[in-house]
Amino acid sequence: MRLQNAALGAAGLAAFLALGEVVPRLGLVKEEYFPPTSRIASAFADELSDGSFWTALGDTLTGWALGLAIAVSAGIVIGVAVSVVPYLREATASTIEFLRPIPSVALIPLAVLLYGSELRSVLLLVVYASFWQVLIQTLYGVQDVDPVADETARSYGLGTWARIRHVLWPTALPYVMTGVRLAAAVALILAITGELVIGAPGLGARIAVAQNSQAVPEMYALIVVTGLLGLLINVGARTVERRALAWHQSVRGEVAV
Amino acid sequence: MKRLVLRLVLVLALPALLIAVWWFASAGSTNIFWPPLRTILQTFPDVWTAERLRADVLPSLWRLAAGYALAAVVGVAVGTVIGSYRRVRAVCEPVLEFLRAVPPPVLIPVIMLFAGIGDTMKVTVIASGCVWPILLNTVEGVRAVDPVMLETARSYGITGPSRLRDLVLRSASPQIFAGLRQALSIGIILMVISEMFAASNGIGFTIVQFQRSFAVPDMWTGILVLGLLGYLLSLVFQLVERRALAWYHGLRASTRRSP
Repeated sequence: MRLQNAALGAAGLAAFLALGEVVPRLGLVKEEYFPPTSRIASAFADELSDGSFWTALGDTLTGWALGLAIAVSAGIVIGVAVSVVPYLREATASTIEFLRPIPSVALIPLAVLLYGSELRSVLLLVVYASFWQVLIQTLYGVQDVDPVADETARSYGLGTWARIRHVLWPTALPYVMTGVRLAAAVALILAITGELVIGAPGLGARIAVAQNSQAVPEMYALIVVTGLLGLLINVGARTVERRALAWHQSVRGEVAV
Repeated sequence: MKRLVLRLVLVLALPALLIAVWWFASAGSTNIFWPPLRTILQTFPDVWTAERLRADVLPSLWRLAAGYALAAVVGVAVGTVIGSYRRVRAVCEPVLEFLRAVPPPVLIPVIMLFAGIGDTMKVTVIASGCVWPILLNTVEGVRAVDPVMLETARSYGITGPSRLRDLVLRSASPQIFAGLRQALSIGIILMVISEMFAASNGIGFTIVQFQRSFAVPDMWTGILVLGLLGYLLSLVFQLVERRALAWYHGLRASTRRSP
């Protein structure tokens, strides 16, 4: 079954690529707007042999990783602190509900004024956007703690820190991991958007340059790169999630008694 | 009564505190990038007049609505087809995973090639970004329809549109709404960015105009408008969702009460 699915998937991918080759060749769309797959592929190969492409890729990944790390640590620390202290969760709920839906791109003009086209303006966007994903998931996760387990830990005389470590954290971890996975994807979108709009160095800025200089195949090749990057990040995040939750029922797939 | 007052205090205390901090911390600010909150609020009514709301906010909202609706129709329709047939799903899966992984804003340059810089471009950009979460969630939801119910429906001879509407889409709807919710925030982001690229009106265009002309308090009011807009749209979404999924939330609450 798995093998058959993989074969069908490969066939689908091949058909997709072939369609991309044939449609412009037949003149169904203009070749200068939508170059055939082979031309995108050769532009892709050119990019790979270009040193400045790798620098741009490095810049994008730096912005992504740094922003994600800041957002995840802040989200977890604030999330746990807010839900452990009595009343703090209720007191912050309205503020969180208000700030969360504010689109992160609203901060683009501010970022430009404050930091210009530097890494820091990309970081501002990335951190703001991915912070909420982690925070909300952490809050949900901490809420899910089994009161009986918590009371048991209390009656055994475990302190606050030990209870966070042994009761709260294992319960919240699956939720936190989902938040991290979502945040990783959002962080990539915002990193590349920031570069595209603000012009901070990275793949996004390279796409903007390719667009302005009418280098259409290069533009498509770079877009494919961002897609592959997104795919890689998704797969990576899922792997990390599975590793970190190897003990958890959802991953072990044990039959519930 | 006492509980109500306590709740009200809890809800309002932190926002009030934050606004107060902002107000007083920025009161004597001479930094051009951080104007006093008082100046921002005084500028607000001058900038966002009824005329500007009609000329800039309405077109933005119209594009968002058109793109979002298009994405919802296409996403649910295609998602239902893909979710219903195992083979189709196997063929499409790798391509869909790749297309979903492409960050939506990079499509703006591509779509600009085809559709120019008019409204068509913006609606297409919004739709092409919003469609993925809706489509993939629909696929998952349709896949997860209870097979016992499918068999039951078959044995009762429920087929065609009524099977689709009352069984498949109904039981997939919690998932579909999760996708719609994700798509909403992507849609707002794309609406703003597509207007920052090339436009002659719209909220994104206006804010960038202010930023380029260093009209900093005006720019801040634009950020506030976007914040309010994002908040209001998510509020509207919650209301719609609560009505559409009332049966589902009721079901969950009752199973939680009687384990």
